[in-house]
Amino acid sequence: MNNNLSVEHLTGIKDLTRQDIELIFKTADNFKDVINRPIKKVPSLRDITIANLFFENSTRTRLSFELAEKRLSADVVNFSAASSSVKKGETLIDTVNNILSMKVDMVVMRHPNPGAAKFLSERIGAKVINAGDGTHEHPTQALLDAFSIREALGEVEGKKVVIVGDILHSRVALSNIYCLQKLGAEVMVCGPTTLIPKYIHELGVKVEHNLRKALEWCDVANMLRIQLERQDIKYFPSLREYSMQYGLTKEILDSLPKEIKVMHPGPINRGVEITSDVADSKQSIILQQVENGVAVRMAVIYLLAAKIERH
Amino acid sequence: MEKQVILNSRHFELTIKRLCYELIEQHNDFSNTVLIGLQPRGVNVVTRIKSQLEQILGKEVLCGTLDITFYRDDFRRTEKPLIPSVTNIDFVIENKKVVLVDDVLYTGRTIRSGLDALLAFGRPQKVELLTLVDRRFRRDLPIQADYIGKTVDTLVSERVSVEWKEIEGEDKVVLYTPESNEQ
Repeated sequence: MNNNLSVEHLTGIKDLTRQDIELIFKTADNFKDVINRPIKKVPSLRDITIANLFFENSTRTRLSFELAEKRLSADVVNFSAASSSVKKGETLIDTVNNILSMKVDMVVMRHPNPGAAKFLSERIGAKVINAGDGTHEHPTQALLDAFSIREALGEVEGKKVVIVGDILHSRVALSNIYCLQKLGAEVMVCGPTTLIPKYIHELGVKVEHNLRKALEWCDVANMLRIQLERQDIKYFPSLREYSMQYGLTKEILDSLPKEIKVMHPGPINRGVEITSDVADSKQSIILQQVENGVAVRMAVIYLLAAKIERH
Repeated sequence: MEKQVILNSRHFELTIKRLCYELIEQHNDFSNTVLIGLQPRGVNVVTRIKSQLEQILGKEVLCGTLDITFYRDDFRRTEKPLIPSVTNIDFVIENKKVVLVDDVLYTGRTIRSGLDALLAFGRPQKVELLTLVDRRFRRDLPIQADYIGKTVDTLVSERVSVEWKEIEGEDKVVLYTPESNEQ
């Protein structure tokens, strides 16, 4: 097995090889062990400084990254657009170069514009990790999702995964499709026609508009949130109608021929895409996903940090 | 590479037995002592010592394995593999006597990392070190073993390899010396 990632930055799952993903998982297994010890910290990244740049709101991802960084003993600086000079008209490159002058080795960035992470990685010396770029990719989320499937079902190869909901505005969906396919899983997307990108079948995914049929086919259902903040027009009549057609309830879940696993990248809108009793049921692995998120992010940061040259 | 067997399979077995009796002298019935093998090759030593000890004592001896990858002091300084091995310590080490076990003691840096890694699991009452081979006079750090199978004097250019019946087919310790023209 190769001991090094084939990439210098993590801007998207599209750039990774299957070997890269397997290396990340193997390393994450060890970090999951570390974060369950009495002292949940290793000294590997003592001489590394990481900046978390969040130009878009986030709670879970930012906390997860920050915890991962701290458990690797890195120094961490946080930045969020709401309280910064971006509001005063500074460009992305200027903001980042200012931060890099303070000797930062790695940048974790969330940005509303698709391609922002790639743009940055081509222009700065530090390693870049994409923590979500608009509707494009959210690679660490896809990695932790696939890692959680591997943990719950033993392997990802050959498994059937359906992604339900707002595929059109979802970076989680695109990254998940790339990641699951690279690991040999079959992927289906399910949702109203208006929320499914027109040419998505060209990625090799199945398309289904009937939730029950999709659920009967799959081993795992990944339920996505409706991203109202990205929807400038109405894509469906009402949330209530969406919920009636595409909401996952205990009744549907219990009526399926086999016991499927239920995932959700968060934040959950209880009662819209998923009911409370499903989210809290034993088939739900939502909280395991959050725990695995820290381990997977530690693995990504550790493997990329190994490529930082010493000054 | 010139090859010299410094411990053959008969002496190998005797050495393991002697180490076991030395351990028993210090730890009696092992009621408050655990053995922890450092990944990857210290685990082989622990496995062998455990089965020998259990034969002599007639009871189970608690053993674990510890991976030190994330605690190394040479991260980003070498091209060495980054992939860690499994850590398996499914007992509490707080207030226990711990014997760290490795196959070859050389610079002492692995043991330094091992001590760091071990302390993430709690505060042991005492930590001791057992090594099958001690490459004397080659230490970078002030670390010495409490139990030594075989002491050897070596050059930096030489390599000591502990081989196992289960893996390489025969129990032995081999010293590899580069031919003079290779040096």
